Amino acid sequence: MSSPVRITMSAPKPNWVSTRNPCKACAPLGAALVMRGIEGAIPFLHGSQGCATYMRRYLISHFREPMDIASSGFSEASTIFGGGANLHQGLENVTSQYHPGLIGIATTCLTETIGEDVHGMLHEYREKNAGLNHPELVHVSTPSYSGTHIDGFNNAVRSVVEQLAEAFAGADPYAGNFVNLFPGMVSTEDLRFLKEVAADFGIPITLFPDYSETLDGPSMLKYEKIPGGGTPIAALRATPSAGASIEFGRTLRTKNTAASFLQDKFAVPAKRIGLPIGIHESDAFYATMEELTRKPTPVKYNQERGRLVDAYVDGHKYLFGKRAIVFGDEDMVVGLASFLAEIGVVPVLCGSGGKSGALARSIEEVTSHASHCNGQIAVREGIDFMTIAEETALNEFKPDFLIGSSKGAKLARALGVPLIRVGFPIHDRIGGQRILHLGYRGAQRLFDLVVNTLLEVKQDSSSIGYSYL
Amino acid sequence: MADILRERERQVYRKGQETAFQLDCEKQSVAGSVSQRACVFCGSRVVLYPIADALHIVHGPIGCASYTWDIRGALSSGPELHRLSFSTDMQEMDIVRGGEKKLYAALCELIDEHQPKAAFVYATCIVGVIGDDVGAVCKRVSMEKGIPVLPVHSEGFKGTKKDGYRAACDALLQLVGTGPIDDVSPLSINILGDFNLAGETWIIRDYYARMGVQVVSCITGDGRIDEIRRAHGAALNVVQCSGSMTHLAKSLKDKYGIPFIRVSYFGLEDMSNSLYDVARHFGNKEVMQRTQSIVREELDRTMPLLAEYRRALTGKRAAIYVGGAFKAFSLVSALRLLGMKTVMVGSQTGNKEDYEQLRELCDEGTIIADDSNPLELSTFLEEKEVDVFIGGVKERPIAYKLGIGFCDHNHERKEALAGFEGMVNFAREVYGSVMSPVWQLTPRKRSGALEVVR
Repeated sequence: MSSPVRITMSAPKPNWVSTRNPCKACAPLGAALVMRGIEGAIPFLHGSQGCATYMRRYLISHFREPMDIASSGFSEASTIFGGGANLHQGLENVTSQYHPGLIGIATTCLTETIGEDVHGMLHEYREKNAGLNHPELVHVSTPSYSGTHIDGFNNAVRSVVEQLAEAFAGADPYAGNFVNLFPGMVSTEDLRFLKEVAADFGIPITLFPDYSETLDGPSMLKYEKIPGGGTPIAALRATPSAGASIEFGRTLRTKNTAASFLQDKFAVPAKRIGLPIGIHESDAFYATMEELTRKPTPVKYNQERGRLVDAYVDGHKYLFGKRAIVFGDEDMVVGLASFLAEIGVVPVLCGSGGKSGALARSIEEVTSHASHCNGQIAVREGIDFMTIAEETALNEFKPDFLIGSSKGAKLARALGVPLIRVGFPIHDRIGGQRILHLGYRGAQRLFDLVVNTLLEVKQDSSSIGYSYL
Repeated sequence: MADILRERERQVYRKGQETAFQLDCEKQSVAGSVSQRACVFCGSRVVLYPIADALHIVHGPIGCASYTWDIRGALSSGPELHRLSFSTDMQEMDIVRGGEKKLYAALCELIDEHQPKAAFVYATCIVGVIGDDVGAVCKRVSMEKGIPVLPVHSEGFKGTKKDGYRAACDALLQLVGTGPIDDVSPLSINILGDFNLAGETWIIRDYYARMGVQVVSCITGDGRIDEIRRAHGAALNVVQCSGSMTHLAKSLKDKYGIPFIRVSYFGLEDMSNSLYDVARHFGNKEVMQRTQSIVREELDRTMPLLAEYRRALTGKRAAIYVGGAFKAFSLVSALRLLGMKTVMVGSQTGNKEDYEQLRELCDEGTIIADDSNPLELSTFLEEKEVDVFIGGVKERPIAYKLGIGFCDHNHERKEALAGFEGMVNFAREVYGSVMSPVWQLTPRKRSGALEVVR
């Protein structure tokens, strides 16, 4: 069988120097999100005040929750003389105001460019506060000129694990009794779902990050300085004691990750599987859970799978040969491509602002079972929305729908096709943070959404207006 | 009582407290305070953003462009170039080797593609550090392409949002004075500091048209480069959002002798006064008569609509936290018109005179805060038992989390809140939020109910 990943013709001007309507955000944003997923933690950006504020706003518009990110608030003087004093003052103020258990510090393009030695500064700060009850400090290097918010996210996951991981000196009471799960940048509902699966398999997990409560909490009587929930710091220290680590994301193969670190340094076996979207990728997830727990998949999930297959059959006629443009974070795109290919849709363009170098291969892997896609999938790393628009016109992709973040809304409008909003960010709808993408259950919701979106188009464009479809 | 950082104690004031009134302001945000402010870049970006036929390119790594893509509800009656996001998306090698070549190439390709009337190049933090000569690149491209290409010196760390306003005004100043003004009437103005959010400039423009006053340019709502180039022909600058535009108004006064007045288009009283002030300035009897009839007509139409809202809202408590303090004055008055009491008011960038004026305007016990943060704001909301919080996107979740109504008065709003009809929209929105039955289900209201039962 020939490769499903076709090489398309070039866009009219393939060598655009500028980025036009970006399909990515910058690295510190992903890091701040990870820090929000640690219990009692507060994210802190070492840089200009604006970085923290802009990222807060971007995240608030998606999660619709308070999202406090502190800043060292660089001035001209700190840029010239170094930001050590600002960092120290900032840490002190955050500590006295928020009483955090951990402060997660991420750098920005400014502090990386002037070569701030954050590691040294934090060392100094710890020395100065020795004996005092100061919060745990972790830091991650996130120069915004390198990679995307996803790289910032993954680097933060790895950095936190690297800096907190502690090997047990003597007998380890936890040894092998639990699993680390690094899900990548998924929704709060996805995180809750993963915890449910682990509970149903009867295995404790360290899910990191876990912003399922911190960024999707209940209405409150009193303002919580740091919302409850998050991965406990003690659990992050204990990651080397896990029986295994599971890591979602096929495109992570080119990266050093938290799981690969734990495998290399502490011999914790790493299981890397795709983001479990759709049946094929979810099967791999449940198989991994079965393997690690030596238990069968609980009946309830088999029932979900059964209903999902039944639904696929009910809806297949409305989907076969439909064409979709998929965009967003790389592993989300891979998962969606896998799902779309298995329900009969052709993901004609799979694009991301990320540049892992592994997107094409990953898409090829997850679509190789779908002969209807043969030679029809274009994969683009480092793409922006105006380039997607140009390639769509040039290559006559003629999509029936778009699927991805709300940043594709303009393009969908221009093309006159619906946008199915999934992933991150969703800035123009309520509930983006609560979309379930993962597992058979997530696939069921996505499937109904995709079919019904297409049925709605069909019904709306019909002069008859059938009552039964 | 709020847990206020020691460094910030003098930036929060309670009217009626013993100490003499002195509010520290116009300071760099305290590190670690989680300020609601953004940076210099933000100040420049928001001011210039609505100019719809210009190319806006952010020179730096991608973040600054991503976070400001289509961010404002600033509408255009024609071109919509401002709603696209362009960035040089600097990578590691650009940092090492310098970004001038990339900026040059990006500008050339984008100008060729979009044929803008001018281009604004926003310098971000690292551009200031690696020392790219943005001015030289702009000059070169301007020569080659025959349009103004203006550097905006908006490196994030070089001050506060206010310095960004100034950098934007400096860029605008390079445009003003380069267009023909033969057909400009002596009865003419520039509208400064309205950004056409949800079409507000159009509402205001229409009032001036009915008064018989020519609007030469709107800076920058529904803005056009050719209009801005003619701005020096106007007889008067009418400045709203004085925080951002006073620098431009003063410069135009120095350079072209154009006087300016400060106005506000929010609330019936301030709206009416704005029109009267302009009419008075011209000392033209007909203009004044027309103004009187506009105000009468609009009030006749508006007041009955507001009466119903006022009945429901009387006695409700409001908190305000906005970017510029000048807007806060109008909001306090507008809320008062609705029978509501402002119990907390603050701004990101107010100055001494602003806060003094706010103090005079407010009731005893009102909290006044400069450059506040989520922890302070949340305690103010709790302590003052606020019914509706008026602010921007970053303030919204603070209110909602606590089960408190919210009204967006920031640049993302989709409802026109300026002008007479804007006041009705404002009242409707406040009413719609305060009166919603959802609050009855929140812990805040339920706990109150339980206490009553006990």
